Amino acid sequence: MISSRICGICAVAHSSASLRATEAALGITPSEQTVLLRKLNLDGEMLQSHILHIYFLAAPDFLGVGSVIPLAETHPEVVKRAIRMRKLANDLCCTIGGRHVHPISAVPNGFTKLPAIEDLLVYKDKLEQSFEDLNASVELLKGVKLTVFEHPTEYICLTHHDEYAVYSGDILSSVDGITPLPEYKRKINEQVISYSTAKHAHTGQGSFMVGALARFNNNYDKLKPQAKQVAESLGLSHPCHNPFAITVAQLVETVHFTVAAIERIGKLAEQGIREEDRSYKIKAGQGVGAVEAPRGTLYHDYSYNKAGEITAANCIIPTAQNLANIEFDMRAILPEIWDKPREEITLTLEMLVRAYDPCISCSTHMLEVEFE
Amino acid sequence: MKPKVAFFDFTGCEGCQLQVISLGDELLQVLGLIEVVNFREAISDKRDDYELAIIDGAISTEEDIKRIKAIRKQAKVLITIGACSSLGGVNCIRNFHPKEFLLKAVYGEQAQHFDTIPARPIWAEVPVEYQVRGCPINQGEFLKVITAVLTGRQPVIPNYPVCMECRSKENVCLFDKGMTCLGPVTRAGCGAICPSYGNFCWGCRGLVDDPNETSEKELLKKHGLTPEQVIKAFRFGCGFLEG
Repeated sequence: MISSRICGICAVAHSSASLRATEAALGITPSEQTVLLRKLNLDGEMLQSHILHIYFLAAPDFLGVGSVIPLAETHPEVVKRAIRMRKLANDLCCTIGGRHVHPISAVPNGFTKLPAIEDLLVYKDKLEQSFEDLNASVELLKGVKLTVFEHPTEYICLTHHDEYAVYSGDILSSVDGITPLPEYKRKINEQVISYSTAKHAHTGQGSFMVGALARFNNNYDKLKPQAKQVAESLGLSHPCHNPFAITVAQLVETVHFTVAAIERIGKLAEQGIREEDRSYKIKAGQGVGAVEAPRGTLYHDYSYNKAGEITAANCIIPTAQNLANIEFDMRAILPEIWDKPREEITLTLEMLVRAYDPCISCSTHMLEVEFE
Repeated sequence: MKPKVAFFDFTGCEGCQLQVISLGDELLQVLGLIEVVNFREAISDKRDDYELAIIDGAISTEEDIKRIKAIRKQAKVLITIGACSSLGGVNCIRNFHPKEFLLKAVYGEQAQHFDTIPARPIWAEVPVEYQVRGCPINQGEFLKVITAVLTGRQPVIPNYPVCMECRSKENVCLFDKGMTCLGPVTRAGCGAICPSYGNFCWGCRGLVDDPNETSEKELLKKHGLTPEQVIKAFRFGCGFLEG
């Protein structure tokens, strides 16, 4: 419960990574129903977060207005569509967890209150109808001319043999393949930087990228066909090394997670939702949980004593992982735009940072919490 | 002339700002009544000619104190949103551990670069006109407070415990289910959302003005608990008051 408070923007991801770390430490295996509901909740969060970024933060750049507020005057239909799409994703999360910002009912080994399948089926219909808005979003991005910038880096995300990984899997790097999740510290090093309260992360190779474009590059094969079609129609080649295309990859994922959510609700309807035994035993142990948050892989690592108290905790946050790569990109793009007017340089750099969709709320550290 | 409004965040998760952004159609209506001049989570404009400041997060550095005092000087009206701003929130958990231990644990050998002070609510540093409580804020209550402020009325915030709302939802009392709950002493206004979703009340809206201590102690005793146990378990909501 405390863990979701690290970030209000991706509260479901924090809550899910935290539950997975606790379950790994205590040796709990949640039921198939619990896993399906958690994945559906993550689908919903991915949708609401990507739509927020595409429409509220990136679209004003694309449409040449200062921010989303003047956008509401110049392009009211665009803002109304964004609000409609976000509300749908938000309401889906509320139905599962009680609310999106800081879910209530998601606890170790299950849910304190289960959603009614009839309520979820309403969202299946609404998600199916949302393709009209998704197509309009594709048209919006089609008109955008992205800054041309080729800058390969190492791409890292979770990977899973069954699906486009979001809830579980091992760590996949575009450079050196798979690292088992419990050994995450072998792959990712966090360092304190004297000029920032946010730590920076590196691998043996240097800086790296996590998030929508990293997932698109690494797990392209597992994307739903509808999402691949959208990638093709938007000219997003695979792999893509242009960080400005992160927003495009987010829209591709928005289509993917819409399809995934529809399928998951279908599966839950087939199986029916029933009350399950949520009991578990407290024991000492250590465990790592990771999920794909909208902005990238999120790691939680807890140690428990035999009274069930957390004695040590470590969280590695997506934005902290991307920070070093943002600086890496900035150093590379500066010589290319050196001779442009000042305003253009500033805007290009701002758009580069914005493309990463940095989440300023949780990229500062608040760790080694001990609570009873 | 529309009143100029600025949003500022201090130490917190910014989930309360997201609650504002998620208002949807009502957000557009509110935007019709005000001019937003500063809102880091949503827009890039940064102007300092605001009359109304909406603050989320807790105070946790000396720098924060300077910043909130400057904002207070400019703003005619200060509204704080969320448990961090009204109670200190989760940030107060650290107040119960030695500062040197925490700095070393988080930043290691480079800890000297990072200044920190015990976390505290906004009202501990500057006067605050209105508080929207809760973790996160309830969107309906935010709308109620903002419309009251814009129309010069006093918003009515419940001053009775969460139990009243919980009973009216016909929930089974969590004490009867063997759980511990802060509902009997916590200020209502959330619609008892946590108990309604099968979880206990964390006290994120703070205490009612006049909590019934005797009856709370009796209730705890009846269920085999001591006040000390409960205080320790619920530092999340009430850590600053305890300190």
